[in-house]
Amino acid sequence: MESSRRSFLKIAGISALGLGAKPVLDVMASSGEAAKPKTMRNPNALLAKRWGMVIDTRKLKTEEDLKPLIDICNKIHNIPHFDNPHHEIKWIWSEEFENDFPMQEASFLDDRLKHMPFLTLCNHCNQPPCVRVCPTKATFKREDGIVMMDYHRCIGCRFCMAACPYGSRSFNFRDPRPFIKKLYTKYPTRTKGVVEKCDFCAERLAVGEMPACVEVSKGALAFGDLDDPNSEVRKLLRDNYTIRRKPALGTGPSVFYIV
Amino acid sequence: MKMPNNKKMYDKGKVIAGLCIFLILITFPFWYNLGKAAPAPELKLTAKAKAAKECVLPTQTMKADHMQLLNEWRDSVVRDTKRIYVSSDGKEYNMSLSNTCLDCHGARAEFCTKCHNYASVTPYCWDCHIDPKEVK
Repeated sequence: MESSRRSFLKIAGISALGLGAKPVLDVMASSGEAAKPKTMRNPNALLAKRWGMVIDTRKLKTEEDLKPLIDICNKIHNIPHFDNPHHEIKWIWSEEFENDFPMQEASFLDDRLKHMPFLTLCNHCNQPPCVRVCPTKATFKREDGIVMMDYHRCIGCRFCMAACPYGSRSFNFRDPRPFIKKLYTKYPTRTKGVVEKCDFCAERLAVGEMPACVEVSKGALAFGDLDDPNSEVRKLLRDNYTIRRKPALGTGPSVFYIV
Repeated sequence: MKMPNNKKMYDKGKVIAGLCIFLILITFPFWYNLGKAAPAPELKLTAKAKAAKECVLPTQTMKADHMQLLNEWRDSVVRDTKRIYVSSDGKEYNMSLSNTCLDCHGARAEFCTKCHNYASVTPYCWDCHIDPKEVK
């Protein structure tokens, strides 16, 4: 009696295993027949290990030189214009030397640098403090070094604005839509209550175009891979003396200024 | 021993009248709206959408799960830098709500809003994304 119950259990166990295995085998046999939808990059997309920018300030001397660069960015990213400076939204703007490079000014700075407008934008830091403080991971660093924002996820806590030592981030205190001169339909706007900033034209890199400011700069701005020793930016960095904003903070800015 | 018969209901008239009023009031929304159900919106497909016959996924899946698909698209575009969707029949689509979905489906008021109103959902896609047809 005992031995027959034992063999019954054995057979029952093996049969259960066989029955359970059949659906698994069926799934494995069927996969590969119908192609699953997938996602991919545009084959023309520009790729890099760490994107960086070199700004040749010798070629951008006056506000008039900076204007087309700033205007094109404002236009293609639907950046609103507010008369109230407290509501200002800026991705790329001009700033004086003493504001851009505090603690780097010499006692008797030469006149050219002292009153020259400097093109200022997000530095896409190697160690971005804004990413560390973001509680929702709305701000994150991409594998190619671009510090990106997912506006869907931003809750408007503004920790990133407190963390950013460069003032590169702006908060939408009001609905920006009515304050955009002409809506650019290829790019979304933002909504009230989110933070925004420059993203090195990620949408243009994705289709194989250089950032808009670089494209209209007539060679004053160079953009490329800082990790590639043969890139144009690395060549400029080898041949020229460059400075970065607030290097002592250890954020590792990826925007360099030839002065 | 026989129990005393105390099945007498006090204030019978008032209690029953009260119960009737209560029942009428609580069922009021049902019979007031009887036969007045809003008809399900009829979607008018654009000529372009009709010619394409099928969306990026089968129609039934799109009807039920387009919101999940849009979330996947968003994550793929923003986080994985992959902006092209290859459907199971091998067609490539640029993952863009304003410039791919609406390009085929027409104005959002005619396509999105109609159904969303009927289903009483208010997604906030259009707080940021632009319907190119609404821009003068």
